[in-house]
Amino acid sequence: MRRAAVLGTGQTEHRTRRTDVSMAGLCREAIDRALADAETSWDQIDAVVLGKAPDLFEGVMMPELFLADAIGAAGKPLLRVHTAGSVGGATAIVATSLIRAGAHRRVLAVAFEKQSESNAMWALSIQPPFSAPITAGAGGYFAPHIRSYIRKSGAPDHIGALVAVKDRRNGARNPYAHLRQPDITVESVRRSPMLWDPIRYDETCPSSDGACAVVIGDQAAAEASSREVAWIRATAMRTEPTFYAGKDHVNPRAGATAARAVFKAAGIEDPLAEIDVAELYVPFSWFEPMWLENVGFVGPGQGWKLVESGETRLGGALPVNPSGGVLCSNPIGASGLLRFAEAAMQVMGRAGEHQVAGAATALGHAYGGGSQFFSMWVVGRQP
Amino acid sequence: MSPPPLRSGVAMSEVAVVGFAGADRSLTTSGVETLVPVITAALADAGLARRDVDFWCSGSSDYLAGRAFSFVSAVDAIGAVPPISESHVEMDAAWALYEAYLKILAGEAETALVYGFGKGTAGDLFRVLSLQLDPYTVAPLWPDAVSVAALQARLALDAGLFTEDDMAGVAGRRADGPYVSCPLREHDVAEVADGAAAMVLASRDRARGLRERPAWISGFAHSVDPQGLGERDLTTVPSAVAAARDAGLTAPVDVAALHAPFTHQELLLRRVVRAGAYLPFGANAMFSAGLSRIGAAAVEVMSGRARTAAGHATSGPALQQNLVCAMEA
Repeated sequence: MRRAAVLGTGQTEHRTRRTDVSMAGLCREAIDRALADAETSWDQIDAVVLGKAPDLFEGVMMPELFLADAIGAAGKPLLRVHTAGSVGGATAIVATSLIRAGAHRRVLAVAFEKQSESNAMWALSIQPPFSAPITAGAGGYFAPHIRSYIRKSGAPDHIGALVAVKDRRNGARNPYAHLRQPDITVESVRRSPMLWDPIRYDETCPSSDGACAVVIGDQAAAEASSREVAWIRATAMRTEPTFYAGKDHVNPRAGATAARAVFKAAGIEDPLAEIDVAELYVPFSWFEPMWLENVGFVGPGQGWKLVESGETRLGGALPVNPSGGVLCSNPIGASGLLRFAEAAMQVMGRAGEHQVAGAATALGHAYGGGSQFFSMWVVGRQP
Repeated sequence: MSPPPLRSGVAMSEVAVVGFAGADRSLTTSGVETLVPVITAALADAGLARRDVDFWCSGSSDYLAGRAFSFVSAVDAIGAVPPISESHVEMDAAWALYEAYLKILAGEAETALVYGFGKGTAGDLFRVLSLQLDPYTVAPLWPDAVSVAALQARLALDAGLFTEDDMAGVAGRRADGPYVSCPLREHDVAEVADGAAAMVLASRDRARGLRERPAWISGFAHSVDPQGLGERDLTTVPSAVAAARDAGLTAPVDVAALHAPFTHQELLLRRVVRAGAYLPFGANAMFSAGLSRIGAAAVEVMSGRARTAAGHATSGPALQQNLVCAMEA
């Protein structure tokens, strides 16, 4: 299979409302930074892949059409990906496929969400006839799954707060993060209001405006780069229905299958030993221990123990979300690409204050829908 | 700056269409349930079992469905237990076909099933489509899609490219009757319909075992123009020209199926995709129509009626985005 590599990444300052820029301006902020980071010019980009979550979040039908010129796609192939919350990851994976197919030399992947343009709760609350409701409100949807995890695993109550403290403190090291709380403590998290038992206010992702962009190149482009690149060692996407007999919302089969596929393709036999840093899609704190198990870093019921031991902090055996993750910045459509980009930044040694020392192999992870769409990639300093 | 075409030596005959089924005028509640018989028929046409599909890819639109995450319920129609490798584009399924085609070229899959669906009749389609326009400067004026297309038709008529009678001829009619939006008459606007389509692709090795006469994809490309109606030449359709060029269409094909929601667009596109014959375009079932046109062209090759064929898909206001899939026996 042909090789592909991340040549550079860029992202916006993520905020609740980026009213200082249009949608085009928001995308360009990320793209311009990615092109500079990749030392790539517009005319070297052969194709553009744009990802975002539902169009109703901005109130524009297929916004890539009006954005075509602003995102540098005019006169080029433009694809628009939408795979729910996993879309940012899927966007990077589709761009990787364009390279691996031999179709292009350099592809720009960009993902954004500008929730301040519309009203996400309105977008999620429309109930057309003949269609099952999608049970709007992510917190209320996922809280029972977390309660199920706690009951099954016997995890103590404070695990979620430990994750929230870690991620918000990590976010304080990330200049782009929306929420930056260097002084947050387990006690302050546990004093914050309960939203959806057991999820408290400080254990919940924000609603952000933001964008992320990644330049992916073929082997020749990567070898021509004067800077470190992140070689894409493997990608995987898996889907399962929202509901079916035997569906396990705590440990979804699609997530476990995608993880097995991506590690097998990357030649990784012991993920906990061989992965140096992971950017997991954790919109509510408790999903860190759940995904640690689902991805296969540890066995069933062991995820919370890895969290409690402190090994997922910066400096631990497996730092998880050193960027602060989704708990600090959540421009929904871009959140997955941010995980993938942050993984690449780590192995390129360009993660700044939240750099994991010596990171050579990293996992980017995203999920969406009712824990049913999963996308992952493994990137490395070596191909 | 044009993108480099797929290297012909790589793309040539590496992937083939081995099955197709469509329902261009289905009557559905949500658009999803039409998929079950269509997917079943496409798999039967290809002689492939559902579990033998390596990669699934679909195209649909939340705005057409009038709800967020509308494609999620489609997963229920395809049987994703155990989990499948799957992706979705918020575009006509012709672009999902492109994604699947590249997945096979990349060696990440040997077979793929691509499907599209949409319920265009659920709302006022031409008003909904105005939400594709620039939300800051154009969409607030609510220009409907027929009026936007009429601007393009007027430019082409004024340039002397064809006459209103030529346009009517595409629909098998004469240029009489009142205008819907001058210079477009009722017969110049394709009927809005609900629909679904599904296509099966296979790699070189698999295709030969599945079908005696697959439709080999000899070139596949797409491109997009800037959206602003004053920023592009609405009569030459540069993105269609680029797609046809990059798909390797240097000589006329035996037969072509164009995705032209308006008769003047069929005439503009015939200047770009040259063919001995053009398959008539019936109903415009958005988000499956483009894939359905490629399917119609593929069927001509698979049936032996044609040696070379091309299918075309369009998206966006006034032919903003265009895709061409060239096939041969």
